[in-house]
Amino acid sequence: MAINEKMIEEILNKYPAKVKRNRKKHIVIRDSAQENQEIEANTRTIPGVVTNRGCAFAGCKGVVLGPLKDMVHIVHGPVGCGYYSWLTRRNKARAEDPEKNFLAYCVSTDMQESDIVFGGEKKLTRMIDEVVEILKPNAITISATCPVGLIGDDIQAVARAARAKHGVNITAYSCEGYKGVSQSAGHHIANNGLMEKIIGEGDLEEPPSKYTINILGEYNIGGDSWEVERVLNDIGYEVQVVMTGNGSYEKLKNAHVAQLNLVQCHRSINYIADMLETKYGTPWLKVNFIGIRATIESLRNMALYFGDEALIKRTEEVIERELAEIEPQLEPYKKICSGKTAFCFVGGSRGHHYQGLYEELGITTVLAGYEFAHRDDYEGRDVLPNLKTDADSKNIPDLHVTPDEGRYRLKIPVERMEELKKIIPLNDYKGMINEMVDGSIVVDDLNHYETDEFIKVLKPDLFSSGIKDKYIPQKMGVPTKQLHNYDYSGPYAGFRGAINFARDVAMGFSTPTWNFIVPPWKHNPLLEGSIEQCSDDTCVKEVGA
Amino acid sequence: MLDCTPKEIIKRSGGMINPAKTCQPIGAMYAALGIHNCLPHSHGSQGCCAYHRSHLTRHFREPVMATSSSFTEGASVFGGGGNLKTAIKNVFSIYNPDVMAVHTTCLSETIGDDLPSIIKGAEVPEGKLVIHASTPSYQGSHITGFSNMVKGMVTYLAKATRDEKKEQVNIIPGFVNPGDMREIKRLGGELGVRSIIFPDTSGVLDSPMIGKFNMFPAGGAKVEDIRDSGNSKLTIALGYYASSDSAHLLERNCQVPAITLKTPIGIKATDDFLMTLRSKFVQEIPNQLEEERGQLVDVITDNHHHFYGKKVALFGDPDILTGLTEFILSLGMQPVHVLTGTPAGTLTGSGIFEKEIKEMLAAAGHEGRVKAAGDLFELHQWIKNEPVDLLMGNTYGKYIARAEDLPFVRVGFPILDRGVHSYLPIVGYRGAMRLVEMISDTLLDRQDRDAADEDLELVM
Repeated sequence: MAINEKMIEEILNKYPAKVKRNRKKHIVIRDSAQENQEIEANTRTIPGVVTNRGCAFAGCKGVVLGPLKDMVHIVHGPVGCGYYSWLTRRNKARAEDPEKNFLAYCVSTDMQESDIVFGGEKKLTRMIDEVVEILKPNAITISATCPVGLIGDDIQAVARAARAKHGVNITAYSCEGYKGVSQSAGHHIANNGLMEKIIGEGDLEEPPSKYTINILGEYNIGGDSWEVERVLNDIGYEVQVVMTGNGSYEKLKNAHVAQLNLVQCHRSINYIADMLETKYGTPWLKVNFIGIRATIESLRNMALYFGDEALIKRTEEVIERELAEIEPQLEPYKKICSGKTAFCFVGGSRGHHYQGLYEELGITTVLAGYEFAHRDDYEGRDVLPNLKTDADSKNIPDLHVTPDEGRYRLKIPVERMEELKKIIPLNDYKGMINEMVDGSIVVDDLNHYETDEFIKVLKPDLFSSGIKDKYIPQKMGVPTKQLHNYDYSGPYAGFRGAINFARDVAMGFSTPTWNFIVPPWKHNPLLEGSIEQCSDDTCVKEVGA
Repeated sequence: MLDCTPKEIIKRSGGMINPAKTCQPIGAMYAALGIHNCLPHSHGSQGCCAYHRSHLTRHFREPVMATSSSFTEGASVFGGGGNLKTAIKNVFSIYNPDVMAVHTTCLSETIGDDLPSIIKGAEVPEGKLVIHASTPSYQGSHITGFSNMVKGMVTYLAKATRDEKKEQVNIIPGFVNPGDMREIKRLGGELGVRSIIFPDTSGVLDSPMIGKFNMFPAGGAKVEDIRDSGNSKLTIALGYYASSDSAHLLERNCQVPAITLKTPIGIKATDDFLMTLRSKFVQEIPNQLEEERGQLVDVITDNHHHFYGKKVALFGDPDILTGLTEFILSLGMQPVHVLTGTPAGTLTGSGIFEKEIKEMLAAAGHEGRVKAAGDLFELHQWIKNEPVDLLMGNTYGKYIARAEDLPFVRVGFPILDRGVHSYLPIVGYRGAMRLVEMISDTLLDRQDRDAADEDLELVM
């Protein structure tokens, strides 16, 4: 069913006036006839509204720092924040050295009331000492939780002192949960720290191979990055580091040597991609390894960037081989999925990325949105100069980098760069709205009430989102697919990932459970038999109720 | 797996590595979900609420609805009163619960928000209730948070409205699954005693699939029943750490005598629970329960050769461990390591976790390491130094189980990697029978897995 402004208005009418005014700006019906459709994003969450959003700490420690495997990530605060961000995000890592993989460890200073009253710096220092002595990581991060900033613990000073004492890279991140308006603030804080204090620390001066790249904004959920790297390695690329899925301090400190940075999740890392270009001259290419067509296009764009005939040829060979492998496997799933509709509401990039894969399965995305994205993720980077900095963004320090005198290298000539920009998304992203079909709905920070209402109106066949809202549509009889953690499956990226995804989605449609929701006695009469001369309503009810 | 954990134990004081507890607010949120038509609200950054909802949802595989005050930096500096007032207005306009149960966080506690005053100044619609509990994350654990929210229920709701007490019992079930709460309710019902159980998450976090979503499912303790708890003849607090404070508060406020019993895990603790009801309400134990007890003793006897003498390491929440240790001992097994993350015994000075467990072990002629306020890093080191045959605890134990190649039985909170568990009880005789099955099967599966071809047995 197509939706119109009036219906949205009716849905929003339940809200108090202020909430309605606010939420209205976060909802857009796609209309390609309008040149620039604006949407409000990255603004404060309304108190008392059931949102899916998390906090700056979750974005910093949970998303960006957490996956770096050879580092111990100390959480400075009461125990909860460390506990909830312990092994819950499915960022997989395989350790070259098993004694340098700390992903299964949760380290928290477990602040007590006395630490809140008298300060927690001493306890944090003790924890660092113990971590160095017992766990011996390659590097350490310290992430702040809400009370730390409030009581004035100087975690930066503690980190500096500990670094001097132990000779280990120790960095601190002031990512208190109240900063910014969502996880996004935390991504920024974490990435700033990695940019400033880790990238470039290594002593590599030249790339280890002819086609050396970094993958930025890829967190190896369910092994996504491994599937992508399988194909990239086969074509002939060398991945220096993935930021940060399966990443490591040892790899990250030499990230400066790459000749190209791929950006998978634009939201969490685009500013670092820009900084890496400013500092080291490395351009970035927006890629999307979710979906077959998107993967092929990304591979072709990479090959075009390097412009080497042999590489272009090899790329096509690999694409052909992979397609031959997966296309027959995909067919049975397509039959099940074809003609269905989906909601696609995910963090900061997947709300967009999965739409292409859905389309390939014959599923139309009728509603999509991001939990914590900014306007440029919806509207494209052209909108960036128009974005105003509000009070909440001002709290996140901006990093200003300058070209590195020794290491800045122009990777390709300026003229060629300009030519390439016309044909491939070099340093560019057009955003989600641009690719959505007319009449579909874009909702920023979709909340529970709106989810409920939009499901009633649009009756999607599939709801894809995260754990907090997974079981709500399911209770209504609508299959769900978690796109944050893939319902503990995956990988979903690349060629083989597409098959896994198709299989899992088809499973959601096909599971016999949906047939059992209504018990047989609801539609069958309690008494069987016939009554003669049945003429009035009461009589009919008795027989057929 | 966990290759960085050395066998040698060095004394630490910098905090927790691999904690065996989490923070108060999640316990408060869970307790609040046990009131019918109640929306829990987290007064802090929205990340707290998101984490708690995610974790509870993963454990129960059910929707967990809750709201947040969504603090920004401004609110953290100038106070969160405005945010809470806005939240209260929005919650009742949009979701219309009967009760909004607010708990605090380390953030709002550190800045010292005065919740009673804020709530007084808020627009609460006629007939609606806002209750609150102070749950600073830097004290105690999720068990303390559960206890504090139940105290909030007593403070705000329970009233003694008549001189003579009613022939009814209040049961505070503690931080257990809805399946356990359902079973505790059934046991009371079998005895014919009218019981008010609160909080009660059965019917909320184990709600049936009916083809539509109810934001407030059919289950949960009714507000009028919690009010009426002030008129009951007796309160039974199941579990010292999660339940006794609120029972004593009810005793002080409404003169309802309180008895604290172990969480009824195993034969003895279930016997104690039923014997208490029997004597206080002069009701004979019905045949049904006597039969269940007999069946339990029968299966333990029939299968004792599967588990007798095995060494066990247990970790989890203190009330669960107290019952579980007692039961493990009555199976003839040997608990050699028992560890909780909750600072049970150090928080109020009156806790007796370590002492109580050690006494149980001593009475059975065993010695073991027992610790409150411990962490799983230490438990793992204990196991390296003194190996066990079986590990029992929440999902986080699977890493230790893999590292040490141990059979592992999942019990407690949270269980994030297996389903169904929250629907089925571990309390009562039937719950104990389920535990016997889980323990036996796990040990036997391991024996089968490790057996040489010629040793694989058809009949065991």
